[in-house]
Amino acid sequence: MSFRKSLRTLALSTPLLVAALLAVPATAVAPAGPAPQFKLASLGGKEINLAQYKGQVVMINFWASWCGPCREEMPILEKLHAKYKPMGFTMIGINVEPDASAAAHWLKATPVSFPILLDTKSEVSKLYSVASMPSTVIVDRKGNVRWSHRGYKAGDENEYLNQIRALVRE
Amino acid sequence: MVFRRLLPLLLLASAASQAAVLPEDRADLMYHRYEGGGLTVDGPSVLVRKKFGESFSATASYYVDAISSASIDVVTTASPYTERHTEKGLSVDYLHGKTTYSVGYMNSEESDYTSDSMSFGLSQDMFGDLTTVSIGYSQGWDTVGKRDEADFAEDVDRRSYRFGLSQVLTRTLLLSLNYEAITEEGYLHNPYRSQRYYGPAAGSYSYGPEVYPETRTGNAGAARLKYFLPWRAALEGGYRFYADSWGINAHTASLEYVHPMWNKWIFSGSYRYYSQTGADFYSDLFPSANYQNFMGRDKETASFTNNSIGVGASYEFPVTWLSWLKKGTVNVQYNFMMFDYDDFRDLTDFPPGTAEPGTEPLYSMDANVIQFYLSFWF
Amino acid sequence: MRGHAGRIIPMLAIAGGLALSACAPIEPWVKPYERENLADPIMAIDPDPVSSSYMDHVFEVREGAKGASGGAGGGCGCT
Repeated sequence: MSFRKSLRTLALSTPLLVAALLAVPATAVAPAGPAPQFKLASLGGKEINLAQYKGQVVMINFWASWCGPCREEMPILEKLHAKYKPMGFTMIGINVEPDASAAAHWLKATPVSFPILLDTKSEVSKLYSVASMPSTVIVDRKGNVRWSHRGYKAGDENEYLNQIRALVRE
Repeated sequence: MVFRRLLPLLLLASAASQAAVLPEDRADLMYHRYEGGGLTVDGPSVLVRKKFGESFSATASYYVDAISSASIDVVTTASPYTERHTEKGLSVDYLHGKTTYSVGYMNSEESDYTSDSMSFGLSQDMFGDLTTVSIGYSQGWDTVGKRDEADFAEDVDRRSYRFGLSQVLTRTLLLSLNYEAITEEGYLHNPYRSQRYYGPAAGSYSYGPEVYPETRTGNAGAARLKYFLPWRAALEGGYRFYADSWGINAHTASLEYVHPMWNKWIFSGSYRYYSQTGADFYSDLFPSANYQNFMGRDKETASFTNNSIGVGASYEFPVTWLSWLKKGTVNVQYNFMMFDYDDFRDLTDFPPGTAEPGTEPLYSMDANVIQFYLSFWF
Repeated sequence: MRGHAGRIIPMLAIAGGLALSACAPIEPWVKPYERENLADPIMAIDPDPVSSSYMDHVFEVREGAKGASGGAGGGCGCT
């Protein structure tokens, strides 16, 4: 009977250890070289090139209308864009859905002023090895990726603020 | 009395239904009604779920069955009765990284049955969130009473071990595997039921007390596949096999089709087939009194099939007039069940001495089950 | 039978946990940005918990079989 009890305790604690090892918290990860170049159509119809933003700090956010944390994050991204645009910063939202109409419909209710690009063929998502939804990458004025974030949890915006502030001063 | 069982464990098990994200805040208010075989049971079911901070989610539930019974068991051996069964539950989910830990407690009360359960669960996402592994353990303590017999009090100890694996197979196909082992020990039958045996006079039968084993261990394994159809609909198929130490073997196969329409409506249709072979100690008619060690005549442990079909409709109503409400739906579901027993006979019109025992017609019954509920997401 | 259940399940859990931790390097074949269909509410494993637990209860009371009705996973896989 006590053997079974201790076995049960062990059984319940081992997955906890495994879980701790496999846990992937939504925090920043270190830099990774020059940001891959891309050119995508935007929701407004224009074609937008990453190269046209060289010299500015760029924050690229991969999102989808079906992703809860992505929708939660959008108003915060809009605030960041409005606040830091005068200092040479721009937000770019890349929508990963094959059908752009769902995104367009959602944006009607929650409009944003930064460009929304449509990655309908998932080419840019693959280029940036998007490994979670949402994913955010911050590129400095020289075009190098300085920070990348996986996922979004309330409070992450403080990290975004610190990182953008530091890069904008360069 | 009939409604003791593992509902507590079910409501708790369904609390942690997503691993990397806590379940959404919601409130559900339901009216449910079952009518079949002379039995009517109806009542409310309420569930409220709320997140606290970014890591905790709590779920509270309240469920009532108001029972009015003139079922075949009651009509042939007792008199019609009314009863009220109330269940309250509370569970908490804690999310850390990609793991969700759950703890729950449930209490259920009836005038002649009380039940308490504790449940623990762990759910882990892996392989880029394509796989979710979950394990769970539940422990229950019941006290079986008897109406009109104040000092009748027997105990039941229940334990269940669960293991689940959910796997995203393709962009449109989801596989869900579940295994559960349940072990019970104690007073495992219904104190009001009797078994039937031939005699003492020829051509007649008598009732005697049921004698049940004091332990029962069952294993259930189930697989479900859910497929997203290109025109935006979902098709789900499932199969479960169950076998236990009482000799009961059961197969359950089900199919459900869900079809959204006109932007705000969702319609569904389902079919479920269930068949079981009876317990080793079950018999509709024993050859004599005290024929064997264990004897039972509970139709739930007989050999039978249950075919049931269901239809449902859900409508998402506008919630723009209430800023704190994200989404609201009104839902209705109807199920029709057909039970056909292979070795349980209908004695309603055949009291002892009126027919040769064992020649009475086999029992069958139909049931209508209705659910009407409102769901709110906030 | 009763003794086996108490020993086999914990052992399976340990073995499963350790085996899966060793298998981590497998590349997910459905990318996070390809989950639009799985994230659709109609593909949720248990969209109406009050309804599914009620129906499980209705069947369990009248039938001999019980268990293995849980489900977790699928969905958007967002963090």
